[in-house]
Amino acid sequence: MKRPEAIVVGCSAGGLDALKILLAGLDPQLSQPVLVCCHSGADTVELLCELLARASTLPVVEAVERTPPRGGVVHVAPSGYHLLVEADGCFALSTDPRVSHARPSIDVLFGAAADVWRQALIGVVLTGANADGAQGLLQLRRNGGCAIVQSPADAVAKTMPQAALDIAGADHCVPLDAVAPLLNRLCCP
Amino acid sequence: MSDTPDNPDLENIEIELFVRAMQLRHGYDFSQYAPASLKRRVRHLAVQLDGGSISALTHRLLHQQAVLPQLLEGLSVPVSDMFRDPSVFRLLREQVLPVLASYPHINIWQAGCAHGEEVYSLAILLEEAGLYERSRIYATDLSASALHQAEEGIYSAREAQQWSRNYQDAGGTRSLADYYSARYDLLKLDRRLRRHVTFAQHNLVSDRVFCEAHLVLCRNVLIYFSNPLQDRCLQLFRDTLVRGGFLCLGMRESIDAAGTAVDFNPVDAGLRLYRRSSDVLSAKPLPAA
Repeated sequence: MKRPEAIVVGCSAGGLDALKILLAGLDPQLSQPVLVCCHSGADTVELLCELLARASTLPVVEAVERTPPRGGVVHVAPSGYHLLVEADGCFALSTDPRVSHARPSIDVLFGAAADVWRQALIGVVLTGANADGAQGLLQLRRNGGCAIVQSPADAVAKTMPQAALDIAGADHCVPLDAVAPLLNRLCCP
Repeated sequence: MSDTPDNPDLENIEIELFVRAMQLRHGYDFSQYAPASLKRRVRHLAVQLDGGSISALTHRLLHQQAVLPQLLEGLSVPVSDMFRDPSVFRLLREQVLPVLASYPHINIWQAGCAHGEEVYSLAILLEEAGLYERSRIYATDLSASALHQAEEGIYSAREAQQWSRNYQDAGGTRSLADYYSARYDLLKLDRRLRRHVTFAQHNLVSDRVFCEAHLVLCRNVLIYFSNPLQDRCLQLFRDTLVRGGFLCLGMRESIDAAGTAVDFNPVDAGLRLYRRSSDVLSAKPLPAA
């Protein structure tokens, strides 16, 4: 795999707590941007960012359309919008219909990011009670990206990681505690 | 890499050809649309109509005139809700309508009205403020079939509960159910809400100013446009608005990078409500997009 340029993370039920653990373990020197799509955990993206920022080693902000993701910063998809990335690397939003019953949809974010970063992308699927993310992770792997899936047995809700494994497979299937160290190793060799 | 549909370069070529064919064959220019969402929509249409092949879709659009309305709808219509983002409609009710009340006639342009949910929301606001009799809402969209649906005002009753909550949160003084009748799983909005609405086709890419307005609503439409097209639309809105006229955009839209943003002063930046500055010096004729 090429040197990673970005990390995308998707989760749903149980995702807030899982994200806190993941973000607490990231290397503060991480130079890649982290893009997060989380279905549940907070009413508004402002609140979600605040809750995650308390745990995270990196700054956590809402993803703003027409601006580029910044290295070493966690960007969270606003609720009610799909988050996409354009070829120039800037964020784009859409209010298109829900995908896999979700908006923001992990499939949409992963698919758009996979088109842009190809082999230089790492995708992470964590706990969740639906199958969103599986198609996106498949697209990411087809474009040469690296897939990390939380071990379903370790997840609060195992449907999402299990669907990702069934449909897309994974390069790494590890418990939640091991995800951040693995990302640090892949990103800061 | 093999030449499979999974080859992203090949797909980009197919999409470029599709966009070019739309322009040459039907005169609709999507080249200034933000590519990521356009790609999703074209892929979706290809799956719906041609088993996933974008080239087959392009062939169809070249040879079957009848497919055009379906393509335009698929490429342009975002979904909305009545009183979507209730805090915005509360702001319109509490801060914008009292200003509009000072005009003898009130012109409002809803650009990109899609299926009309927000048009009817606006009509209800005006009705409840006692302003509707002297108001005119121009509701425009690129898609004729979307306009047709907007004009019918029939929606799935599945949404009724959420919409009623939105209406209350927006400061509604009655019950939303007063404005529609429900039959089976459909709800139909009171036809009287349409009495001061003009539905018309208008293309933000190529069409020009057609009215003078006191309020322009264009929510979650410009998010689908590239930066130059976003700026063109902001010029169009500026030139449409009276001095001090209001512009209301979607809650997550960012106009900071647009040159024309200087002609708008934020009233509530968080809710994306602006007023046209009264000293617009930079007004130049609109360039062709």
